[in-house]
Amino acid sequence: MTPPVRQAIADAAPPRVSDWLLRWETILVLLLFVVIAGNTIISSYFLDIYNLSDATYNFSEKAIVALAMALLIITREIDLSVAAIIALASLATGLASEAGAPLWVLLTIGPAIGIVCGAFNGFLVTGIGLPSIVVTIGTMSLYRGLAQVVLGDQVIKNYPKDYTAIGQSYLVSWPPLPYSFVIFLVLAVLFGIVLHKTAFGRKLYAIGNNPTAAKFSGIPVERIRFQLFVLTGLLPGLAATLLTARIGSTRPNIALGWELEIITMVILGGVSIAGGSGTIPGVVLAVFILGLITFGLSLINVPGIVISVILGCLLIASIAAPILLRRAMGRPKRQA
Amino acid sequence: MTLSNASPLPHGGGPVLSLEHISKSFPGVRALRDVSFVLNAGEVTALIGENGAGKSTIVKILTGIYTPDEGEVRVGGAPKRFASPRDSWASGIAAIHQETVMFDELSVAENIFMGHMPVTATGLVDWPLMRRRASELLKRIDADFGPDAKLKQLSVAQKHMVEITRALSHEAGVIIMDEPTAALSRNEIDDLFRIIAQLKAEGRAVVFISHKFDEIFRVADAFVCLRDGEKVGSGRIADVTEAKLVSLMVGRPIDQVFPKRDIAIGGTVLKVEGLSNATEFADISFELRRGEILGFYGLVGAGRSEAMQCLFGMTAPSKGRVMLNGEPLAISSPGDAIAAGISYVPEDRQDQGAVLELGIRENVTLASLAAHVKNLFLSRPSELQDVRKLGKRLDVRAANWEQRLGELSGGNQQKVVIAKWLAARPKVIILDEPTKGIDVGSKAAVHDFIGELAEEGLAVILVSSELPEIMGLADRVLVMQEGRVVEEFIRGSWSAEDIVAAATGVRKAA
Repeated sequence: MTPPVRQAIADAAPPRVSDWLLRWETILVLLLFVVIAGNTIISSYFLDIYNLSDATYNFSEKAIVALAMALLIITREIDLSVAAIIALASLATGLASEAGAPLWVLLTIGPAIGIVCGAFNGFLVTGIGLPSIVVTIGTMSLYRGLAQVVLGDQVIKNYPKDYTAIGQSYLVSWPPLPYSFVIFLVLAVLFGIVLHKTAFGRKLYAIGNNPTAAKFSGIPVERIRFQLFVLTGLLPGLAATLLTARIGSTRPNIALGWELEIITMVILGGVSIAGGSGTIPGVVLAVFILGLITFGLSLINVPGIVISVILGCLLIASIAAPILLRRAMGRPKRQA
Repeated sequence: MTLSNASPLPHGGGPVLSLEHISKSFPGVRALRDVSFVLNAGEVTALIGENGAGKSTIVKILTGIYTPDEGEVRVGGAPKRFASPRDSWASGIAAIHQETVMFDELSVAENIFMGHMPVTATGLVDWPLMRRRASELLKRIDADFGPDAKLKQLSVAQKHMVEITRALSHEAGVIIMDEPTAALSRNEIDDLFRIIAQLKAEGRAVVFISHKFDEIFRVADAFVCLRDGEKVGSGRIADVTEAKLVSLMVGRPIDQVFPKRDIAIGGTVLKVEGLSNATEFADISFELRRGEILGFYGLVGAGRSEAMQCLFGMTAPSKGRVMLNGEPLAISSPGDAIAAGISYVPEDRQDQGAVLELGIRENVTLASLAAHVKNLFLSRPSELQDVRKLGKRLDVRAANWEQRLGELSGGNQQKVVIAKWLAARPKVIILDEPTKGIDVGSKAAVHDFIGELAEEGLAVILVSSELPEIMGLADRVLVMQEGRVVEEFIRGSWSAEDIVAAATGVRKAA
């Protein structure tokens, strides 16, 4: 029987070390340390600041897209067309460059194309009500196909120096920080604040966990999902601008297969593919883990195919680990 | 599993199954403590208790989902250990669940024989035999559908019949029904009770779980009452009164379940004129005043929820006008309705009301997030202020305010959902079946609270299928039938018979 007078209910559960240890982010931090330690032992070139700075080139563009993808997956949607959007946006930048467009056009045309592509995805999903996985498999072929039709077997190479400088020089010279890496860090902070500190972020978690109840609570579920699709078009557009400037060329197969690497970053970061949970710090940690593993292994000349085998195993382990842990010792939290 | 070794239980009087000193704990919770009882053949035993009393744990032990820490289950006198649902099924125990778990895309026959389909000599499914046996079984319970219908075409009541048929296909001696009437209309409940009577006559033991006392008194022979994981009483239904059962369940007597408050009714707040949509309801008109509780009564499918959801902006009306405080209102989304001061507590708590994976705090503030934004950011202290205040008022019982909503009992989840709608500071609150499937204690708290809201000057719409609830709380009752308001009753000049007659479309004898 319940006693008539009860104690006041606490605001939060008392902090417990086991809860903290079981957090997905804690596991990722440990993993990151293991990767850094391993790389340091394997190669004496690893801890060189210029080498590390160059390593960020290999993941920053994907990582920028992963931030938007994380929000989209949290709301139970997905976008497989992001790499194809990069191709189309890069093509637009190339055509503008060949037409002799000024720098500001070269910098904005990619994101603009991205917004259009994202809005089209968003319209098909939220306006017509098609499942996002099917829609974006379709637009993946559509967007890349368009780029290939226009480009044929050509390569666009004549980019002006002031444009390629953005991709090939440092924004800050000491410590050497490339533009793409700084943009990623700034966006990561921004996305982290939006997801974890604002009403908009709370709504994303509500939609991901129960879209019906979210709708009954007055949250414009479809409008928010549309906005996220547009965002997941804008950021690949921005990534295309940076990537094109870095490699100084546009080929039909640019960024081929990136969508899976981007989704790998998001999933390893602890975002549930079923929606409703995941954090930006988790995704950022996963970006560093994946980037540094790739960099470390290539320093000791491990072939790219072997690296992707290793990353594949890591992804499967990261999905299995929380489930196995949960069986072993109760429910770990993968959500802030 | 073949059909030949079915009927492992003795039929015809006497104990079929017994629980002996069963205890079960989960981390931090003692779910059952030393519970013993016996099920007799040809009897219906009502298992009663508030939510969280341990009824579900018993069902899960009987169906092999949990294994008890201590004690044993005996079937036909022999101790049994159920390591899996399959073991329990093989011992002749079948359960019909609250939310039916079956295969929507498959046929009725396939659902009935899932897991024990008859096979031919070559090991393939013997479709003709399966269909024939399925039709025979369906005929036995007078089902109005055939073995080839797809499950998704059936109503909830018909799905229950499929589950019962599934139990019969196996000659199950013990049939557990966990709130089988929760989603059924009055006629469908009558059908179910007819089938239960038949199961009794065939010598099966039925476990009947329900929160509705009128059903328990109608159908049960014996009862077992649980409270906080312990058995607090058992006996023959004929020997007890409703009041006695209630006091056993809650541990204290509830003398007045629905105390009606004396509230001064003010001016008109909401005026609805001719609200219609294409198929579900037509020409709904009413006025709602400050401090008033307006009841909407009708059978399941009468269009009450549909009309309310339209008013709340979930769906667009085809016709009609809504005025709030004398001003015409254009509502095209729930967000508009909330902003205008209309809250709607939906009927389906699990699906429409609660976000079970989020915490209590996050649920309570979900419909009023804008109020907690300070300098662009959500302010947790500001959220907690509302949560503490509303949580205390509604007597939410939880470990802390960050606890996941899914970990609370159904009654407490419902209190949190209601708190969410109050946090939006409404002028009009629509409660759709607010006490559906919650325990007696929480129910009384919710009823008390509805009265309190009206007293504070809110205008309340109460949609309910429980006549005592609506007659206990409402000032006026509008009865809906087939999408239309057919009659209005005023407190003091109504009778239960008249209201039911209006809802069912029965013409009163002059």
